[in-house]
Amino acid sequence: MILDLKTKVDKLGIEDRVTRITKRSLKSEAKLQGLKMILSMIDLTTLEGMDTNKSVEQLCYKATHLHQEFPDLPNVAAVCVYPNMVKTASNFLKDSKVKVASVATAFPSGNSSLEVKIQETKEAIFNGAEEIDMVISRGKFHSGEYNYVFDEIATIKETCGDKARLKVILETGELGDYDHVRLASEISIKAGADFIKTSTGKIKPAATLPITLVMLEAIKDHYYNTGKMVGMKPAGGISNSKLALQYLIMVKETLGNLWLDKHWFRFGASSLANDVLMQILKQKTGGYQSNNYFSKD
Amino acid sequence: MSKRIKVLKTYKIFIDGKFPRTESGRYMQLKKDNKPIANVCLSSRKDIKNAVLSARNAFESWSSKSAYNRSQILYRIAEMMEGNKNQFIEELILQGLDSNKAILEIDQSIDRIIYFAGWPDKINPIFGSVNPVASSHFNFTILEPMGVVGVIAPEENSLLGLISSIIPVILSGNTCVTIVSEKLPLCAISLAEVISNSDVPNGVVNIITGNKDELAPHLAQHMDVNALGINVDNKELKNQMFFQASNNLKRVVDVSKYNIEDSNFESPYIVKKFMEAKTTWHPIEKDFTSTNNY
Amino acid sequence: MSSKIKSLKYNGKWDFSPSIESIENLSIQKEYQLFINGQFQQPLAKKYFPSINPSNEQQLSRIAKAESEDVDMAVKSARAAFNGQWGDISAKERAKYIYRIARLVQEKSKELAIVETLDGGKPIRESRDIDIPLAAAHFFYYAGWADKLEYAFPNRFPKPLGVVGQIIPWNFPLMMAAWKIAPALATGNTVVLKPAESTSITALLLAEIIKEAELPPGVVNIISGDGSTGNLIVNHPDVNKIAFTGSTQVGKSIMQSISGTNKRSTMELGGKAANIIFEDAPLDQAVEGVINGIYFNQGHVCCAGSRLFIQESVYDVVLRKLKDRMQSLVVGNPLDKNTDIGAVNSKQQLATIQKYIDVGVKEGADIFQLNCELPKSGYWCPPTLFTNVSQSHSIAKEEIFGPVLAVQTFRTTQEVINKANNTPYGLSAGVWTDKGSKAFNLASKLKAGVIWANTYNKFDPTSPFGGYKESGHGREGGLHGLSPYLNLE
Repeated sequence: MILDLKTKVDKLGIEDRVTRITKRSLKSEAKLQGLKMILSMIDLTTLEGMDTNKSVEQLCYKATHLHQEFPDLPNVAAVCVYPNMVKTASNFLKDSKVKVASVATAFPSGNSSLEVKIQETKEAIFNGAEEIDMVISRGKFHSGEYNYVFDEIATIKETCGDKARLKVILETGELGDYDHVRLASEISIKAGADFIKTSTGKIKPAATLPITLVMLEAIKDHYYNTGKMVGMKPAGGISNSKLALQYLIMVKETLGNLWLDKHWFRFGASSLANDVLMQILKQKTGGYQSNNYFSKD
Repeated sequence: MSKRIKVLKTYKIFIDGKFPRTESGRYMQLKKDNKPIANVCLSSRKDIKNAVLSARNAFESWSSKSAYNRSQILYRIAEMMEGNKNQFIEELILQGLDSNKAILEIDQSIDRIIYFAGWPDKINPIFGSVNPVASSHFNFTILEPMGVVGVIAPEENSLLGLISSIIPVILSGNTCVTIVSEKLPLCAISLAEVISNSDVPNGVVNIITGNKDELAPHLAQHMDVNALGINVDNKELKNQMFFQASNNLKRVVDVSKYNIEDSNFESPYIVKKFMEAKTTWHPIEKDFTSTNNY
Repeated sequence: MSSKIKSLKYNGKWDFSPSIESIENLSIQKEYQLFINGQFQQPLAKKYFPSINPSNEQQLSRIAKAESEDVDMAVKSARAAFNGQWGDISAKERAKYIYRIARLVQEKSKELAIVETLDGGKPIRESRDIDIPLAAAHFFYYAGWADKLEYAFPNRFPKPLGVVGQIIPWNFPLMMAAWKIAPALATGNTVVLKPAESTSITALLLAEIIKEAELPPGVVNIISGDGSTGNLIVNHPDVNKIAFTGSTQVGKSIMQSISGTNKRSTMELGGKAANIIFEDAPLDQAVEGVINGIYFNQGHVCCAGSRLFIQESVYDVVLRKLKDRMQSLVVGNPLDKNTDIGAVNSKQQLATIQKYIDVGVKEGADIFQLNCELPKSGYWCPPTLFTNVSQSHSIAKEEIFGPVLAVQTFRTTQEVINKANNTPYGLSAGVWTDKGSKAFNLASKLKAGVIWANTYNKFDPTSPFGGYKESGHGREGGLHGLSPYLNLE
């Protein structure tokens, strides 16, 4: 398969489009509806060296008990953890609709052998992961070994089988420019990704609106070429509702109704949930909220 | 009712948008009619070092701002100065000027800033060019700012001279480190206050007070300073600076050649002296139906 | 294969709630007077005409109609100011007055934006983010030239012309006033300006600003009126120059009127710009540029990219992307911050646009229109595009001045250059390609005064704007915008 830089992306044009999107104004019903959607799309994430069983359990509790006063609020979509925490999360969440997602393939660097990556993926799935967030080999990508990158993704996808959906993290902050983000998106999509995801969250810049737009455009072209849908997940740096709503508007205006669903769009975030809750409360009561009234897990 | 005690002003230096004291801790006392009027920082080479660092850090974003944006910021400096006129007049009088001359000087200074505020987006239309090269290329020359400029402000003429040394330098996107008049430094600090109120980003203008003979060489020798704009009467010091500047081929502009008090000073040519020309080539395709030039 | 894949749907699941700009603190006067010699005064014949809000057809205000004696008074004041105060003060002080105007426009920008939207129908987002800021920027830019004219023209000592008569259109009312007044004042002239009949209010608010800025009386006179007022200005013997922005048809008649006189002129007239997408263009961004180029401001833009040329190899893809992108355009209440396409400026203009749409269908082109709900009252036209258009169709030749795009295809560079240039107009053009050298080739061959490469509808006070051929003569903006207001002999 010949994979090379075919699709052009104009940086200024992308940024102009994004500027227009950020000028959209969400009020009242539309805002509330948006906030609830965001909540349902969050992958509540903890990926720290010092994660413990207890800290993961606490996160899972939060995932399933977001706010006492508003039982009509949706749950988050998933909890995202390291492979060695999957069993803990899975046990805790076994009676809930919240999915267990696991990073894998030597996250975040991706610098391990293929065998290790396959093994890690298998273990995570065995322990209950329903979604796998893998990283692409950026070193190979920059060396121009696109076929290697493609094959690796396809192999992990095969390993997942029909047991888990595969999200492919491009680590856009390391890719250089928008043309390369587009190329990495196309490679991942063609190799079988169920989702393409911006970042590990471990470096800056993580997700940005323009980069997300580039990826959404790749997804849209793929849809019109093949009829197949691929999901998208911006991760890292989205800590407030206003920004999250802008992402959602961008999805709406680029891909439309079908993607406004947690099956096809996720937010990789941790503190976003609290801010969304605060905004929902403000919409319902009319007053600005304080951090002290929302549990920090 | 006891007499109200005035709160005396502390004169610090201006680096990176903040007002630190000199890290040497030294001071010089200014006197008028043998009475002390202010204690001013006797800065050291470390202050110069810090100022250059700050100016360097500020260069990228200051030069990337649109010319329109820089124009607006310069205009705002003028607005702020107009609002603080009295402070400057007092200081000029304290430093020995009679009140009519003081008012004239501040009015001239403000108007001069407004004059230069109109230049940023007009330099390139006049001095840049599209060059009609013989080959099929789009070839254009633009003037760009140089980087960090070391400025020595004139010894006399503490406000107009100071403005005239700084504004033409920064308008094109340069940042500067300014060593101000040794005997008449008060307006410089007030200017720093105005600048910090005017949306000028930190580090674009840095103002250092102290002993000129001691400080100037550190600026002249600094390898990370791209140019010098000096208004120095002392021939020996001037020659020394030119000599030291050659260690990294700084461009040196002898501003003392210009008559600052004259309105002819207001021209784009002083601005141009602190800019570099960059020429770019890009091919222009020709269809194979058009004639070949070679 | 791709024809079996369902088109994406963009509406119906999560739609915007109204987000209307508040007009609580706004007060529009019941009546606006003429601004002559530094004062607001009633027209001598006491005639007024209504100004309608095109989004709901309601009357906003009554506007004074200047007739022969009012025009004469305005020109006399302008002349007196030119020979007196405005001529006497130094260029430096002149600059300061113009800077004052710029700052006042910035201070009052919200109010001006809202009034612009109410009076003309353009979305608040446009007036707020583009029209008003650009107007202020123009004043700011030209203020800086006032005392620097000796550098603008080598070997010349420029002199002002005297009294300039300026007639502006309704598509960017305040911005056009700024484009005219700023350079005229900077170069030392005095002004008699007539705003467009359907959009006079912001010009008269500008008159208030000019008064607040304490400009000497008579330096700027703003006299509202209709076509007859414009004619009076054009034909007044003591006006030294006419600056006109408007239709080519009126431009031609003005040129006829002033032929044989010593009057100088600049004309900024109509256009039928070609927007060209090559197969190697970044297609999504090109589509965005095309959308921006024809639907922005309801298509009421002289430099609108109203003819789209798509390289055949990417025709299907581009068309699909265009139609998808159109689905996210919001047509509706101009005061709603989410509105992309506001009201058509007037009943007459809507009739003109509708006429062309009918002609397009009749001539055999295929029509596609955004299927959206339109408000019950007001003048509305949804974004429209025609495919299977040929070079000889009226909709490909004549200026429609509405949100109607005519789409054609091409195979080679030479072919599209010929087609793009095959028009009596020559205001602007757009080129979309990833290849720099191709962009410069097109730029060198297209006969238009403004070429946008990989972008569209960008304006800046420093960038000269104006047309070739029947799109007019003279340039506005930049250094080039000075000479039309100066005597350089």
